Amino acid sequence: MVLVFAEATNGQFKKAAFEAVTYGFKTAQSLGTQCLALTLGNVENGGQLGQYGAAKVYNVADASLNSFDSQVYASVIAQAAENLGATVIVLCHNSTGKSLIGRLAAKLNAGSVSAVKSLPDTNGGFKVKKGVYSGKATATYDITSDIKIVSLASNEVRPAKSGNDVAMEELSLNVPASKVKVLEVKRQEGIVPLPEAEIVVSAGRGMKGPENWGIVEELAQAMGATTACSRPVADADWRPHHEHVGQTGVAIRPNLYIALGISGAIQHLAGVNQSKTIVVINKDPEAPFFKAADYGVVGDLFDVVPRLTAAVKKFKAG
Amino acid sequence: MKLLVCVSKTPDTTAKISFNSDGTKFNEAGVTFIMNPYDEWYALVRAIELVEKNGGTVTLINVGDASNDQTIRKGLAIGATDAVRINAEPKSSLFIAKQIAEYAKNENFDIVFTGKESIDYNGSEVGAMIAEFLDLPFISFANKLDMNGNTATMQREIEGGVEIVEVETPFALSAAKGMAEQRIPNMMGIMKAKSKPFKVVNPVAFPDYAAPIHFDLPNEKGGVKLVDPDDMDELVRLLHEEAKVI
Ligand SMILES: Cc1cc2nc3c(=O)[nH]c(=O)nc-3n(C[C@H](O)[C@H](O)[C@H](O)COP(=O)(O)OP(=O)(O)OC[C@H]3O[C@@H](n4cnc5c(N)ncnc54)[C@H](O)[C@@H]3O)c2cc1C
Ligand SMILES: Nc1ncnc2c1ncn2[C@@H]1O[C@H](COP(=O)(O)O)[C@@H](O)[C@H]1O
Repeated sequence: MVLVFAEATNGQFKKAAFEAVTYGFKTAQSLGTQCLALTLGNVENGGQLGQYGAAKVYNVADASLNSFDSQVYASVIAQAAENLGATVIVLCHNSTGKSLIGRLAAKLNAGSVSAVKSLPDTNGGFKVKKGVYSGKATATYDITSDIKIVSLASNEVRPAKSGNDVAMEELSLNVPASKVKVLEVKRQEGIVPLPEAEIVVSAGRGMKGPENWGIVEELAQAMGATTACSRPVADADWRPHHEHVGQTGVAIRPNLYIALGISGAIQHLAGVNQSKTIVVINKDPEAPFFKAADYGVVGDLFDVVPRLTAAVKKFKAG
Repeated sequence: MKLLVCVSKTPDTTAKISFNSDGTKFNEAGVTFIMNPYDEWYALVRAIELVEKNGGTVTLINVGDASNDQTIRKGLAIGATDAVRINAEPKSSLFIAKQIAEYAKNENFDIVFTGKESIDYNGSEVGAMIAEFLDLPFISFANKLDMNGNTATMQREIEGGVEIVEVETPFALSAAKGMAEQRIPNMMGIMKAKSKPFKVVNPVAFPDYAAPIHFDLPNEKGGVKLVDPDDMDELVRLLHEEAKVI
């Protein structure tokens, strides 16, 4: 069996959960087995995971699972895996998945690979690929243990519908008491978090100062994008720290990354080089970022960006 | 307080990455190695700050061969108390974590620090594995850590926000940007490091369940397509029709 842990936040699934179930379904097909999905705590409409290929959807409804503790979650997921006879476990490579994958591997004496970006090659092994050296290379791993655990990188698999809603079944498992007290959860409302964003508009020191960010926000809004920035911009407090992308900030892999007035230092690229398409707008034709870009515009961003925003609006208006 | 900081050696952030001709081994020629930035700047420095304030010891631990000694000495120069190197090739995350957990299990550390990820394997795995082997709570991506007696208050990064959590020692964490500020070792630290206790121990037998068997460099980008700055309609058209991203 392939078991997918599909996380719900405040009862709702995010795209990553559908991606993971799609991945689990395709993996199960190549292994000639079934894909099962597991949800923990409060979840609305869990049966919809059937549409993405889950043959069954299980839920452990214990209310203490509404806040996250890696120790408790790992215990419950491991019990489910054992009860259901899972040989492959799929997680999402988000903050929850990153806290869990290692724990589960240690608990189940299993080999694990995080942030995989390919379906397993199950021809004589279980080979998966992931980005290493901060996206500067790809490594192929062979998992040789009986149980195999992977976490799926975001934006790698398009959620694909292959079935219908299924009923959600309750699993009764032992939920240990948590040793971690969650005092507060602060989330910004109304914007797609950077690691999940499909389009990111990012700006650097070429912006000259925080007072000029209006044009960045207008472009982002027109495109339905999340905003990001280079490290010196966050360090100077022009922008909040959670927007800082790169080696020491958030690593992202959107479908489209638009860089405005960013030179393209190697540490910046390390966090964004796995983006599908990169657009660079910079007035210096020698800026290193152009070497990593798919599309480039050599020009003054203060002229080019408003024009791009207008063009996007025109396109969207159809 | 008795603190353990797991440190790994990684290529410098600017290193050019290449592999041997059959793609099975990282090419070390001309590469400068550093201490993994998350381990050094955030985990180690915060551990040292806590001990400076509350008393105690900071032990460094590394799984690797003798080529890691220079990295470990740097950690001693920054201010760690002593160091342990487990003499084995760190080929897979679970192997590394098992070695560290075996060493730590009888030592009663109050906090086990790791970095949020190593910048070579980018696993974000080892910290959680150690926590599971030692049956400890694990707080990932902590960017703030304050101690009050045995109670830690931490802020951890989650998608689009942060979570504030409280936990009692003993526990394990992975450190992210914000937990501390980088410290540069001074001459005195470097001198003192030479005489600090540094143990080399043998590994326990454990399999590598998931090790890399092949490396590839990304396909070269086809070269940038330049678009006339006066014609942003053209850029939008390319993004829609060619790249298919809008
Ligand atoms: C260990 C380490 C880790 C690091 N981690 C990160 C990281 O995670 N993320 C990160 O971003 N950086 C990181 N850095 C810093 C990195 O090396 C660069 O210094 C930084 O990315 C540069 O930011 P920038 O591109 O915004 O600024 P600059 O390098 O100053 O570039 C500004 C660019 O704007 C262009 N420009 C100026 N005016 C205009 C205009 N009117 N129109 C169009 N273009 C214009 C310029 O031509 C230039 O290319 C790290 C550095 C180190 C040593
Ligand atoms: N060989 C090693 N020796 C000691 N600690 C390590 C080693 N490899 C990884 N770590 C620790 O585990 C953290 C996460 O590494 P990783 O799971 O590889 O991303 C690192 O930041 C280190 O703190």
